Amino acid sequence: MIIAVASGKGGTGKTTVATSLALSVADKAPLFLDCDVEEPNAALFLKPALTQRERVGVLIPEVDWNECTFCGRCAQVCMWHAIAVVGRQVLIFPELCHGCGSCTLACPEGAIREVLHVMGSLESGRAGPILFGQGTLDVGQAMAVPVIRQLKKKHLVEADGAVVILDSPPGTSCPVVETMRGADFVLLVTEPTPFGLHDLRLTVRVARDELGLPVGVVVNRDGVGDAGVDGYCAAAGLPILMRIPHDRRIAEAISEGKALVEALPEYRPGFIELYQRIVHRDGGGTAQEVAR
Amino acid sequence: MKQLVILSGKGGTGKTSVAAALSHLASQELPIVLVDADVDAANLELVLGPVRLEEHAFMGGQVAIIDPDLCRPCARCLDVCRFDAILPGEQTYRVDPLACEGCASCVHQCPEAAIRTQEPQAGLWFRSETRFGPLFHAELWAGQENSGKLVTMVKQQGRLLAQDARRELLIVDGPPGIGCPVISACAGADLALLVAEPTVSGIHDLERILATVNHFRVPALVVVNKADLNCVQTARIEAYCQENRIQLVGRLPYDTVVTEAMVQGQPVTAYQPEGAVAKALREVWARVQRDWGGSTRP
Repeated sequence: MIIAVASGKGGTGKTTVATSLALSVADKAPLFLDCDVEEPNAALFLKPALTQRERVGVLIPEVDWNECTFCGRCAQVCMWHAIAVVGRQVLIFPELCHGCGSCTLACPEGAIREVLHVMGSLESGRAGPILFGQGTLDVGQAMAVPVIRQLKKKHLVEADGAVVILDSPPGTSCPVVETMRGADFVLLVTEPTPFGLHDLRLTVRVARDELGLPVGVVVNRDGVGDAGVDGYCAAAGLPILMRIPHDRRIAEAISEGKALVEALPEYRPGFIELYQRIVHRDGGGTAQEVAR
Repeated sequence: MKQLVILSGKGGTGKTSVAAALSHLASQELPIVLVDADVDAANLELVLGPVRLEEHAFMGGQVAIIDPDLCRPCARCLDVCRFDAILPGEQTYRVDPLACEGCASCVHQCPEAAIRTQEPQAGLWFRSETRFGPLFHAELWAGQENSGKLVTMVKQQGRLLAQDARRELLIVDGPPGIGCPVISACAGADLALLVAEPTVSGIHDLERILATVNHFRVPALVVVNKADLNCVQTARIEAYCQENRIQLVGRLPYDTVVTEAMVQGQPVTAYQPEGAVAKALREVWARVQRDWGGSTRP
């Protein structure tokens, strides 16, 4: 059961909801992956002991000068102009390379081998019963997707059948799609404001319309703003699975780095119910799991 | 012409509310052009209520497409694709356009020459007119790539108009994060105004966005939003700025008037000009100008 927590608009409470959901189903030993590799924050709340670390990136070409005939085929096939042949020199621009390997395959001399161009790190460990993993993009690197892809690849193969919670980056473009791919359910956290509504619509288009995934909504800071989100959800047939009231105590707890359900335990039953509702709607959970 | 970019690292700290307020304040003193560089989730339009004057197609990038009549499902494309974008089928293979990176490796490797690339439309960009000046903004369609390219496009359009019409200031409302769209939004900026919030996440993300703008050699000023939400964390931001010799140019109080103004489609400085938030924002605008020696002229 893979649940991606997303929002479109930033700062609506994705990490708040994702971490509290994980803590509330801790008895299921969930796997939590922070896929917001540009600004990973979940560790500030779950406080895992990070025991494993590795550097990741994309494979970029390296040319064997003894074999290269400077024919220029590599530069012809590269869609990103990441490799160029100038006279008797081959220039490689690692920051443009997507690591597709097309040049390696196209080289008639077999003169290209691939080496790792580091873009970020993966770290993992445990926060009590929760298995935790996060990716962090290095400052100055442009591409978040390869780090997200490798974070998911590393952890999801072993997580077959487990409860998995993915904390998504904001936005609606490729890093969000990369996070949602393969999920069983997308939980959209929004706030009842014009910005929240506008970005919720866009995220519904990605998750439900493009990727065909079941979605549900959490309305955070319920009570501020206007009634636009409620009206839209009703019209679009989107279930509102939980409402978290606008409460300055919550904002203060989160500002301190306290997880919502730890600072204010009265919210824990709500998150357990949220999980049950996701499992019911999705139909992916077994009857025993729901009954438990 | 000067270029001011508003960034935050963390999402939802109030970039767009600050951008709208500064647009309002700046436009009272000099001719400006606005760019919404958060093309994933463009919200500046919602506050400024512009009239759209022009609409243009944005072509995102290449996507592979397999001709079913030529495909003999040999699996070569599946083997070479590193993006899991090839969907095997019994008769022919297909490409998942959302997963396809557009590298064309499969195009070159297909023994039947059954694969080509095409460049589908990935969004729209607009030129609009607001009460504060022209606005360039965009709509990247769901799940598309190349948001950095679209950011570069809207910024370039904004810059061209600002030059042609002799406008003195370009205000760029940036996206969250530190990756490709942020790097595109930063490019060529004279100053970055970083909107931080006094939370552990806000500080963590402020450090990363500061490192990013430093990396690209863009000078930065910091404004703390919701400063009275957590005075301990605000003090941490102050100490951090002092250590790193970054000027902290404003502390905006935590006030639901910001949300009320948004609901009314107004910059908070126009909605409640005598309120504490508006006053603090006027001070921010004064400090930005002072940073430029009291003039936006280079």
